[in-house]
Amino acid sequence: MLKLEGDIRIPAGCAIAAVLNRSGQRFDGSTIIASIATMHKRSNGLGGGFAAYGVYPQYRDHYALHIFYDDAGAQQMCERYLMHHFRITEREPVPVRYTRKIARAPLIWRYFALPREDSLSRQQLGEEDFVAAVVMTINSDLGGAYVVSSGRNMAAFKGEGYPEDIGEFFRLEEYQAYLWTAHGRFPTNTPGWWGGAHPFTLLNWSVVHNGEISSYSTNRRYLEMYGYKISLQTDTEVIAYAFDFLMRKEGLSLEDAIDVIAAPFWSKLDRERQARLRRRYASLLLNGPFSIIVATNNGLIAVNDRIKLRPLVAASRNEYLYVASEEAAIRAVAPVLDRTWSPGGGEPVIGLLHNQEGLLEAPSTGLETNARSA
Amino acid sequence: MTLSLLTPAFSVGRNEERCIRCGVCVNQCINQVHHLDEDGFMWVTEKNCVGCHRCAVLCPTQALTITRFPLDFRPNQYWSADSLREIYRQAESGGVLLTGMGNPRPYRSYFDHLLLNASQVTNPSIDPLREPMELTTYLGDHSAGLSEAEKPLLKLEIPVMFSAMSYGAVSLNVQKSLARAAREMVTYWNTGEGGLHDEVKEYADCTIVQVASGRFGVSPDYLNNAAAIEIKIGQGAKPGIGGHLPAEKVSPGVAQTRMIPAWSDAISPAPHHDIYSIEDLAQLIETIKVATDFQKPVAVKVAAVHNISAIASGIVRAGADIVAIDGFRGATGAAPLRIRDNIGIPIEMAIAQVDQRLRDEGIRPKASLVSAGGIRNSADVVKILALGADAVYIGTAALVALGCHLCQTCFTGRCNWGIATTDRQLSKRLNPEIGAMRAINLLKAWEHEIKEMMGGMGINAVDSLRGNRLMLKGIGLEQHELDLLGVSPAGA
Repeated sequence: MLKLEGDIRIPAGCAIAAVLNRSGQRFDGSTIIASIATMHKRSNGLGGGFAAYGVYPQYRDHYALHIFYDDAGAQQMCERYLMHHFRITEREPVPVRYTRKIARAPLIWRYFALPREDSLSRQQLGEEDFVAAVVMTINSDLGGAYVVSSGRNMAAFKGEGYPEDIGEFFRLEEYQAYLWTAHGRFPTNTPGWWGGAHPFTLLNWSVVHNGEISSYSTNRRYLEMYGYKISLQTDTEVIAYAFDFLMRKEGLSLEDAIDVIAAPFWSKLDRERQARLRRRYASLLLNGPFSIIVATNNGLIAVNDRIKLRPLVAASRNEYLYVASEEAAIRAVAPVLDRTWSPGGGEPVIGLLHNQEGLLEAPSTGLETNARSA
Repeated sequence: MTLSLLTPAFSVGRNEERCIRCGVCVNQCINQVHHLDEDGFMWVTEKNCVGCHRCAVLCPTQALTITRFPLDFRPNQYWSADSLREIYRQAESGGVLLTGMGNPRPYRSYFDHLLLNASQVTNPSIDPLREPMELTTYLGDHSAGLSEAEKPLLKLEIPVMFSAMSYGAVSLNVQKSLARAAREMVTYWNTGEGGLHDEVKEYADCTIVQVASGRFGVSPDYLNNAAAIEIKIGQGAKPGIGGHLPAEKVSPGVAQTRMIPAWSDAISPAPHHDIYSIEDLAQLIETIKVATDFQKPVAVKVAAVHNISAIASGIVRAGADIVAIDGFRGATGAAPLRIRDNIGIPIEMAIAQVDQRLRDEGIRPKASLVSAGGIRNSADVVKILALGADAVYIGTAALVALGCHLCQTCFTGRCNWGIATTDRQLSKRLNPEIGAMRAINLLKAWEHEIKEMMGGMGINAVDSLRGNRLMLKGIGLEQHELDLLGVSPAGA
């Protein structure tokens, strides 16, 4: 029998795309579906998905937990666990449209929840660390339950199928978001598992990724040292945790984080700080071919590995920033562009909302204070 | 004295048609195996032959062959020829059997049961001839936050250093050869516990000075005339015992460097007599850091013994910036044979376990891990890095590059290759310029090979090889061995 993702490490090739409106104007999911659909041949029907930011303004202070369940038993067990740690304001199945193209869908539910004060104080963790710990426990310890996304005012929609079919299944044309990312997957050895599709998320982070990280085991073992439970054995999971660790836990700027994961060659370093970062975080260098799009509520960053072994194109038009594996995927939804460019290896494309200065609102402590007072 | 029951270990064959009676073999053999008499007859005293091949290699007409002395005992799977010979020797001498170099016994080599990965299709391999391939390594405490001052680090352009070999155990020309090679390749050589001779002081920037239980040559000058200081607790070839440089090797030069009288035994006690516990080690580390104004990393070298993980954890918590672990294949200039052949554990297991233990405790960034003992080639380097080491020490491989033929009689001081000797005439046989060139060639060759293997894996910085156990697969190993190494079996 084929092993599921998580039991075995499965490399994958892919297509990625993103569209951001920098002034925060929201638009529906049909644009991003049309963009990723252009790259149909870059995926093989074994995984597609989307991340959407700005989709739940009515619950902007709540953690929106999207969860897959294998069956009702798993749901019951997981919900009991959730109740223990969260006050759940709203609980409902994620609306879907059944089509012949999508099969083997799990039970898909969403919860708008706030951490319980008593549970939070018992764990002696900051709010975000607490939510992250709950998510990791569900994913690694509760069989049959898998948290798809856990951020605020954002959601991930993913599953087994071509991305355009997944988009149709999740009725994405009914959602409004100011930032969409998308992924079409070409795994090389998998029975297809809904949890294994991209994006991979943690809190507000989402990652879509094309590539294979040759440094996976080095990166993974480093992150495990800081309490990350790597349950999926996908490169993408490790990338998401790397960003979470560097920016949320270590408080690095986006620029610094990029200098860690796509570190310039020693011979090309031009700032002592880059050398210092490289020495300190050597084990978080992402080595091997990749192009990734990392998003938060504040915007996105897209970057290649440092010798650009995978494709990545960016473009802009007025308030819109586009990123994709191929220019065709951008032209399909925006035939007229102000600028298109192909970023060099390790050279990030950064797109932020106008009122934001970084991917995270503030250092994590400030963020927690805001959340509590809300 | 009674009749010796020993037969020679080696047989010396001479092709009379080729021999031109030039006398090279006679002059080259300090053990006086060869003798040319006035009548032009060549005589051999085979029992003196240690199998160092000096004569055979230098013979201009290739007239000499050295083979094992043909003496077959009645087949016995339990009582080997060696075990009989060792008893004959002890019955004659009444002494501890001495030997040199590393453990030669047929214990399992895990290096030979690990296979490396390479990229195919899903991930492009990287060609080191076309793309940058980085081996730059920094050793030391990497745990300081970005807002704090960075701790002192050692920079290596190839993650291979030269093991501690003292002046006395080896000739000064060996140290000169390795020091020059270390400087050229941007790595380090290690003084061993024999102090620092005036003529190698100029290599301070690429020197690691050792502080061992004998404290030979240790002074504030000594500590500061180096890039790093290594406290030697133990050695893979002889864990748990001290050192003994016999009086006949303590030449005036050695005596001066070690600060002891000439032609007297130089004894290193088994333990440091100011370190009877881990907290004492912490004090010595602190003392050395104070003496060097916190400008240099401090390493602690221990032998890989049964509970090495806990020991290494204690060493890191005691403040060491580098932990060097010497496996049971680690070599020596002199060790009791029973100790060398029966004590310690394989370095592959030790590194795998220590690396994981330090991670489990969250203190891995506080210290670098150096693997010593038994690294034979570049593939061994790649494998031990993937298991979790930051760099390796090579000793035997470096000496072989300088000419050593592993005859294992270093302790006699009569090394025909000018390596394990302090005899002035013998030492001259190793020209430090040529020695340096050969050591540099070896490191350059390994550098090329390491880069090729990394590129095949799709990795272009050694940072991403360290601890990357997914790049290893075990072959012919039991499940518990795979578990201990933290690798999965080939095919899985």
